[in-house]
Parts: sequence; structure tokens; C-alpha cells
Amino acid sequence: MTTTTDTELLKVQNLKQYFPIKGGVFGRKVNDVKAVDDISFEVKAGETLSIVGESGCGKSTTGRAILRLDEPTAGQVEFGGKDLLALSKKEMRKMRKNLQIIFQDPYASINPRQTVRQILSEAMQIQDVLPKDKREERIKELMKTVGLGEHQIDRFPHEFSGGQRQRIGIARALSVDPQMIICDESVSALDVSIQAQVLNLLKKLQRELDLTYLFISHDLGVVRHISDRVLVMYLGKIVEIADKKSLFDNPKHPYTKTLLSAIPVPDPTVEKEQIILKGDVPSPIDPPTGCRFHTRCPFATDKCIQETPELRNNGDLMKDGHRAACHYIEEIESGEMQPNY
Amino acid sequence: MSETTANVSKEEKKRINPQIESLKNVWRKLKTNYLAMAGGILIILFIITAIVGPWLTTLDPNMPNVQARLQGPSSEFWFGTDHHGRDIFTRIVHGMSITLYIGFFSVAIGMVLGVVLGIVAGYYGRRIDAVIMRIMDVLLAFPGILLALGIVAVLGGSINNVIIAISIFSIPVFARIVRGSTLSVRKLEYVDAVRALGASDFRIIFLHILPNILSPIIVQATLHIATAVLTATGLSFLGLGAQPPTPEWGAMLASGRNYMWDHPHIALFPGLAIVLVVLAFNLFGDGVRDTLDPKIKS
Repeated sequence: MTTTTDTELLKVQNLKQYFPIKGGVFGRKVNDVKAVDDISFEVKAGETLSIVGESGCGKSTTGRAILRLDEPTAGQVEFGGKDLLALSKKEMRKMRKNLQIIFQDPYASINPRQTVRQILSEAMQIQDVLPKDKREERIKELMKTVGLGEHQIDRFPHEFSGGQRQRIGIARALSVDPQMIICDESVSALDVSIQAQVLNLLKKLQRELDLTYLFISHDLGVVRHISDRVLVMYLGKIVEIADKKSLFDNPKHPYTKTLLSAIPVPDPTVEKEQIILKGDVPSPIDPPTGCRFHTRCPFATDKCIQETPELRNNGDLMKDGHRAACHYIEEIESGEMQPNY
Repeated sequence: MSETTANVSKEEKKRINPQIESLKNVWRKLKTNYLAMAGGILIILFIITAIVGPWLTTLDPNMPNVQARLQGPSSEFWFGTDHHGRDIFTRIVHGMSITLYIGFFSVAIGMVLGVVLGIVAGYYGRRIDAVIMRIMDVLLAFPGILLALGIVAVLGGSINNVIIAISIFSIPVFARIVRGSTLSVRKLEYVDAVRALGASDFRIIFLHILPNILSPIIVQATLHIATAVLTATGLSFLGLGAQPPTPEWGAMLASGRNYMWDHPHIALFPGLAIVLVVLAFNLFGDGVRDTLDPKIKS
């Protein structure tokens, strides 16, 4: 469907985002919130990679860190061969043309005091994308592309519905001709029928403009609809990454299995095994040792408490490119290990 | 796509600009607040008096007239005369422009500096924020009049030095409010969005943050004029502001103090003038606050 090539457009290596916690009398750093802790992945040109996980697992933080909206603590973010984190502020501003973001809340993500025309022409002015006299034409074109009418150009955000506002946000991102767009929960705030419209619009744009998406979401249904590959995060770490089909049909990490078992099946005759986890997500200030999931994992052993599992692929059980961070992929698969609820 | 084409004809009818619309709303609400309107009308009257008053009065505010010393209010001298025989009414009318001049300018200067410092502190955060706000804390630790007194004592007594002094003690008041508002607006996604587009800090601060934090600034400015006027007259009363024979109300009050028991009108009328101006700005400022910031209504 999409023209995925094998060239990497974005390569994230050992990305860490720690937020310091200040305390005490002198405001010294007492600890860190380890929102994203040493993750590596790449996004290929033309594909949609989704990041899923529950609230607070670091998926949005990852997106913001890639864009340097928050400066990451450590790591490398290579975009088209250039390390974004090594760029100066000025160089980064230029680079932003290629890498855009669409936010979650359509009510907060556009300035209430600007008309659509002002929003779009400002974007083009900042990046100096077109000669001034051509911008007007381009604004009309963008409106059409995202499914808004020309007559709405001089309206203010409060005159639009949530779905329409999200389209304005998309038009703004498109106005600078980016190669890649990070969609940070971009449809979560919309109701279901509008969600579908916006998702289809995103897919259409991807086909027409050869866009690459990093799609951040907690909604597995949406992710299943739009992704080529899926990356699952838990407590700041990647637990599993695979193409969409492998991940949904053949999940290997116990956490991914739990997550998938939570998707409702719209058929009352199907009985599904629901895995209910015990306890809450531990605090990212003091994440568990070893495998971060061990406190809630029904298969956890002493090894899980001591050793941090690496992302790995077992060629017999998993397709190429499918990797999971679990010590016991094989044992769980063969039934040698039974869950201990 | 049906959502985009729906209601086209209906929406086509009116073009609503939120800026103009919100101004209209503010005016509509303000109109129903009688106290605020009274304050507003008084302020307009004061401004008119300050501009045209000096041309309408026939007497010289500074020319002593020994024959007419210490007279009570009469049809010739409406508010009576002082110990030099100068007409107090004429002097109050002439003093009006001085009072308003000090009030407006000191607040304007303090506001501009305070807004810039507050917005920079709030936007950049961390060390810049800490340094700016600690300096503001130091300034705030002094009672306003005491700080102004100190500054004027260093600079010397004159109307312009009073303006400088009041501007300086006004800075932290604005800086604090603006910093707080900046902190909340800067976290909004649309600020991140323009940042992600590659906008410079300057553009973000002045085109995207400032327009969205204007209400608290306007409210504070209106209310602060009253404080500025009170401080300015206070300084002059202490002999540190306008120097005689300038018809400044605080200075007039001070000279009337010596005749308080026998000729109370000398101090009474300038005092009343100060009270009226302060009251007018407070009433109007309270009204503006209630309309612009209904949440902070106390």
C-alpha cells in the first residue's frame, strides 16, 4: 500500500530523556524521572511506525525529544544522516522544515488569535518555503488538500469544530513540505467518526506526498488501522517491535500480549482470554531493576529481576525484524513456563 | 468530509474577529458595572481637565498675592487661597496634569520593563528565571514608598526622578504577574507547534505569548496607576518629589499642614483631589479586572 523503501529516514540511538527532580533547601537535583531510558529504533522512509503504550510510558516524550521540543538527556537522533542533537539552535530551526508534528488537542494546538490564513502564511514565512506571491495560492491548495473550503481561510479557530481544527493543524504541518510528521496522539481527542476521517486523510496524504509518519497512540484499534510497524513501550523502554501483522498475530512479550488482550472483540460469541495485570505501573523515578515489567509479569523469575533483557529475535519463532525484550520468549511459546497469576 | 461543508451559508454571514469581539464583550460587561463606569467617567473628566483646564483658569497658579492670603472658599477663590495668596482651585487644576503625567508614565515604563523581564524569566526558565525573579523579590521586599524614597534620595527630588523611582518599584509587580501567565501559556501546544515550525524565540514571545497574556497586564496597569499617584504625592509631601512652587498636590498638602487648625481648606482640597483620582482609578481598575479576569474576583 505505502511505498516503503529500506532507507532509514530517522534513526534513534540510545535516546534518554531524564527530567530532574529538584528538592531540598538548595534546590539540588535529588533524582530523575526516567521518562525515556535508552531506546533505539529506526523509521524507514515512507512507512508508518507507531509507538504504543499506556499513559506515562514515554511515547510522547520520545516524539518531543526527537523534535528537540524538550532537549534529550543523551543519545543520537539521526535524520536523513544528520544528527539533530548536534545541530546548533539556528541549524535546527532550518531542519525543522523536514520534520513536523501534529498534536493531540486541537483546541490547544492552534493560536486562538490567528486566522487560518495567518497560521499557514506564518509557517511558510518562518521557513521561507515559497516566494511571497505564491503563498496565497499555496494556502488555498493546502485548504483543499486537508478538506477545508477556501471560504474558511479568514476564519478564526473558534469558528471550527474539533475535527476541522485538527485539519488546520495538519495543513500547518504540511505547509512547509516536511518529509516526516510525528503524530502525537493526533486523533485521540476526536470522536470516533471524525477519527476515521482524519486517519483516512493522513493515509491519503502519505500516499500522495510520500510522507513518513511516527504515529504515537494508546489506541490499538487506530494503530492497527494506520501502521506498517509497531513499537511497544513500557516504562521508558521498548519491549517489542515488529511489523503490524506479526505484532498483532504473534506477540511475543508478555506485556504486548496483555495489551492486545485488552482490545474488545465486537462479537459476543467469541470468548477471549483477558489477561488482567496485578498492581500499577511502577514509578519511572525508581524503575524496577532488570526487566521493568517483572513486578507485574506472570512469568517473572529471579533472572528477570537481575538481568535487563535485550531486544532480540529468535529466527524460528519470529519473522525478520520482529524483536522482543524478554528472557523467556522460547519457554513461554513452548508452554514450558506457565503464567503465575 | 461533510463536516467541512455543513453550515457554510450560515457561517458565511458574519465574520467574527475574536479580538474585536472580545473588546466588545468587555465593553458590554463593563457598561453594566456602574461603579466602574463612574470611575471611568471621572478619569475622562480628569484627563480633560488636565488638558484644557490650564487655559480656562484666569489666575497664575504660582503668583503670590499677599493681599489675598489664607482666605476661605468664596465666589472669587472657589477653594480659597494658601499662605502666599495663591488660588488653590487654580493650583489643583494645574496640578492635575502633573499627577496624571506621573501616574501614566511611571506605570508605562514600569510595565514595559516588568513585562519584558517577566516574559523572559517565564519563557527561558531555569537560571535566567532564578536570577531575574530573585532580583524582583529583593525589590518587592521593600515597601513601595520606602524604595521610591531611597531612589529619589539618591537621584534628587524632581518630578522625573519620581517617575523613575515609581517605575522601578512597579517593575516587580508586573514581572511577577507576567511570569506566571507566561509559564502557563508557554506550555500550550500551539507554542510548541510554532517552535516545531522553527520560529525564533522573539517571534514566539511577542507574537504568540504576549497577545495571549494581555488581560492581567491591562488589569494590573489600571490598578497600579492609583498606587503610583499615591506614592508620587506621598514623595512630594515628604519634600522629595516636585519642588515648590510647582502646584503638585502632595507638596500643596505639605504646605497646608502648617495651617491645618486655622485654615484647613489649604490641605483639604488637594487631599480631596488625591482621594478622588485614586478612587477613580481603583473603581475603574476593579471593574476591568472583574470583566477581564472573572476568575480572580476577590
